[in-house]
Amino acid sequence: MMFGGIDPTLLIASLMVASVPIMLAAIGELVVEKAGVLNLGVEGMMIMGAVVGFVAAVKTGSPVLGFLGGAAGGACLALVFAFLTQFLLANQVATGLALTLFGLGLSSLIGQSFVGQRPPLTGDVPFGPLADLPVLGRILFQHDSLVYVSILAVAAVWAVLKFTRLGLILRAVGESHEAAHALGYKVRRIRVLAILFGGAMAGLGGAYLSLIRVPQWTDGITAGAGWIALAIVVFASWKPWRVLLGAYLFGGITVLQLNLQAAGAKIPVEYLSMSPYLITILVLVIMSSGRGKAALNAPASLGQNFHAAR
Amino acid sequence: MLTLEKRPSPSVFWSRATPLLAVALTMVAGGLMFAILGKNPLEAIRTIFWDPLFGEFAWYLRGQLLVKAGPLILIAVGLSLGFRAGIWNIGAEGQYIMGAIFGAAVGLAVFPTENRLIYPVMVLAGALGGWIWAMIPAILKTRFNTNEILVSLMLVYVAQTVLAMAATRFLRNPEGAGFPGSRNFSSFPAAANPELIAGSGLHWGGVAALATVVAAYVLLQRHILGFHIKLSGQAPRAARYAGVSPNRLVVLCMGIAGALAGVAGLFEVTGPAGQITIDFNVGYGFTAIIVAFLGRLNPLGILLAGLLMALTYIGGEMASTNLGLPSAAIQAFQGMLLFFLLACDVLTNFRIRFTKRESA
Amino acid sequence: MKRRHLLATAALGLGLVTSGAAMAQDKTKACWVYVGPIGDLGWSYQHHQGLLAVEAAYGDKVETAYQESVPEGADAERVLTQMALSGCDIIFTTSFGYMDATNAVAAKFPDVKFEHATGFKREHPNVSTYNARFYEGRAVMGTIAGRMTKSNKIGYIGSFPIPEVVQGINASFIHAKKVNPAVEIKVVWAYTWFDPAKEADAAKALIEQGVDVILAHTDSTAPLAEAQKTPGVIGFGQASDMIDYAPSPRVSSIIDNWAPYYVKQVGAVMDGTWAQTDTWAGIGDGEVEIGAITEAVPAEVKAEAEALAASIASGAYHPFTGPLKKQDGSDWLAEGAVADDGTLAGMNFFVEGIEGEIPK
Repeated sequence: MMFGGIDPTLLIASLMVASVPIMLAAIGELVVEKAGVLNLGVEGMMIMGAVVGFVAAVKTGSPVLGFLGGAAGGACLALVFAFLTQFLLANQVATGLALTLFGLGLSSLIGQSFVGQRPPLTGDVPFGPLADLPVLGRILFQHDSLVYVSILAVAAVWAVLKFTRLGLILRAVGESHEAAHALGYKVRRIRVLAILFGGAMAGLGGAYLSLIRVPQWTDGITAGAGWIALAIVVFASWKPWRVLLGAYLFGGITVLQLNLQAAGAKIPVEYLSMSPYLITILVLVIMSSGRGKAALNAPASLGQNFHAAR
Repeated sequence: MLTLEKRPSPSVFWSRATPLLAVALTMVAGGLMFAILGKNPLEAIRTIFWDPLFGEFAWYLRGQLLVKAGPLILIAVGLSLGFRAGIWNIGAEGQYIMGAIFGAAVGLAVFPTENRLIYPVMVLAGALGGWIWAMIPAILKTRFNTNEILVSLMLVYVAQTVLAMAATRFLRNPEGAGFPGSRNFSSFPAAANPELIAGSGLHWGGVAALATVVAAYVLLQRHILGFHIKLSGQAPRAARYAGVSPNRLVVLCMGIAGALAGVAGLFEVTGPAGQITIDFNVGYGFTAIIVAFLGRLNPLGILLAGLLMALTYIGGEMASTNLGLPSAAIQAFQGMLLFFLLACDVLTNFRIRFTKRESA
Repeated sequence: MKRRHLLATAALGLGLVTSGAAMAQDKTKACWVYVGPIGDLGWSYQHHQGLLAVEAAYGDKVETAYQESVPEGADAERVLTQMALSGCDIIFTTSFGYMDATNAVAAKFPDVKFEHATGFKREHPNVSTYNARFYEGRAVMGTIAGRMTKSNKIGYIGSFPIPEVVQGINASFIHAKKVNPAVEIKVVWAYTWFDPAKEADAAKALIEQGVDVILAHTDSTAPLAEAQKTPGVIGFGQASDMIDYAPSPRVSSIIDNWAPYYVKQVGAVMDGTWAQTDTWAGIGDGEVEIGAITEAVPAEVKAEAEALAASIASGAYHPFTGPLKKQDGSDWLAEGAVADDGTLAGMNFFVEGIEGEIPK
């Protein structure tokens, strides 16, 4: 089946791959923001993950260690953010932006001697006969493991936020840190953990770029993906499944516009090129006006620092 | 165990001293990084902080500080008004681009007419371009309650594509042999923004930046709108009781920020940059967010923060060419400086106490 | 008065520099400005290889300096001025967007030689321009592509619709068609020079459209990495050799080799024979290199491609030789006529047979 010269099966399969980095980073940032912290340094943490993951994978020859390294790299940078904002009560917006600046610079320094090298290959998950199913096999069962990890991560975050005590505490901290503190929760400790989780997920997303998506290390490899991840959290109005939707929508339109070009569609290229951004805005407008509440869903304490008087 | 104790009011001494302390700490940490990279740390630090101001070529570089700081200050002052009121415009980069395109388009449309009115009209067009681009998130916010962070950020990417279209299509220099990029304004005096005093680096953008700092200071100190902005940021409900319309404030703050970013783009494209190119924007819109917060959202603070930022750019370039430091090291160094500035701020509002009991 | 004074200071500054350079006559200082990081493994990386070649060729007699990631426009002008002030004898500006800045700074420093890559303005006697005939290499790639494709569909990832890229698309297509009349070309514009993930997506989109040979005019290796995932799909190294992907998908490459030119020009400055030139060199001068053709290509195709490269190198054959028609069917070159450099430098049309439009 073809639509306008484009095979939808292949398109869906591609968009699932293209969306992985932004989805991982966005679901991490969602947890951070749910805890009431706004970390705009996603781009910086992603690129640190990309470089550390790459170095780890090349040095050890193991993609798995590479991804763990990537997560650790992102988390390390997030630790700087956590220290500054949670212990020294620095402004979160400015610290996040500084984090991006610092991450871009540091990643390039670390990666200098790794330019041009190639990482060990990560194979697809062997699903055996499932992979040969018509249509579904291509869409669902022929991907590398991180595609499934990213979906599982969304499901896990959703389940934890919705059903567990941990999720309840996290949300309480994000909604009203004063009240959460009064109830005896360790606001600062919870927030630091959330920030580290966000950093690790961003780092994992970055490592996906340098180990699978591209795969190599070059300066500036994330090329703005971190910013898109931030936008997707807002787009998702802080709901986990909508992160998946937002990432697939954005990734899907990006892939689709390139496919339309390749298929020779008669739409001016520039309009195709700006379409992912415009359509994301459009969908958000429809969502926020339809229910009237989407934008109000933001955690009440988002971006505010907390200092316990006693 | 160290704990923080909130001061009843911010310490005047520390608010002055922390920037110096932060710079000193950055010199130590940055020097360490430079030493690891195999460069002489003292020489590197001197090249970054001293040479642009007092070195052999300071007569040239001091002016360049203004060139670099001008757009940062203009944009940051505009953004700071919104930030104070809790309005998150992070798309100044897009507004800057659109201002440059609108203003340049007006100028290029009348090429090569010489008339004194052309430039003022271009400045207005630049303001309009930035304003329109900021009005999109503002109106979507007031009408549909759409989050302005997402919309303003997405519009940056749209503006970049429009810029590529301008450079390769509708503003392309007809005498440019098919290459992308508009005419250079330096060969079109009526629409150009040259140095006002040769060698000083001061152009209309710098003048506008200084004027904006003063205007914003007066606005915040003396004008009712300034009071409303501050009130909305500190106590949104009280502001509503005081008759402040949140929607009106969103439109006003976004509009001012957009217009200022737009004129910054116009001054840049007609002056230092000279022409519309595919990569005309260099991230001033994002850096200005940092400048706004470094300046504690205060116009005078922003003035100083903008100059400091410009110093690290220019000094960093010198360290890069003269000492062979990778530009990535400079970027990391700038990041460190920001970390220390933000971290030291804690001393302004808090006292550090030693206690025995572990705190929450 | 003030203006006079500042100008005098500026002149004094210049005087100091020239005398300083005269004293240190034994060492020639050559400087480079790069648009990207030298770690981009593409455009800026190759220019930096040229710098290293100059160091290797002249050893102690030469001193080098460079600045990475310099945005085009205002920053370029400042960096160039700083370089000129700090005693560079020859400055290479390695991106098209530096054109106006190069000429503006050259006017102020008549004793410093300026070399601008890929531009056409030489407004002062101390400015030369140089460029490479990348389309010659593209013709060879097109021949291999036409012979190797089984689906008769080849894909091309373009960065921006500018003459240099359009030349490459046309040259590839003409020569693919020559050896395989059934061939079609599909063009995707990425609207970026460097965004590995997007380049990979573009390659993937092309492959899903049935393309089995990918040519890219963007700077990362991502398209090759993507091609590797589908058996039977081949591609070419771009800017640098990208030999890591040999023998397949990388079956050959088009390499920018600036080293011979840089060594020659710096040498000319050293022995005082430097004179203004406009160099547009190709395969024959070694500026465009064809990377080793791998065993994935049948011997007769390899021989055919090498023969084409040799005839281009010797000047016996020009890749744009008539009869050629434009995309709209109008005549461009008559039988045996050869495209002139002016038309090529400003090329903004596709040749007959290419589907799709150049965005304009």
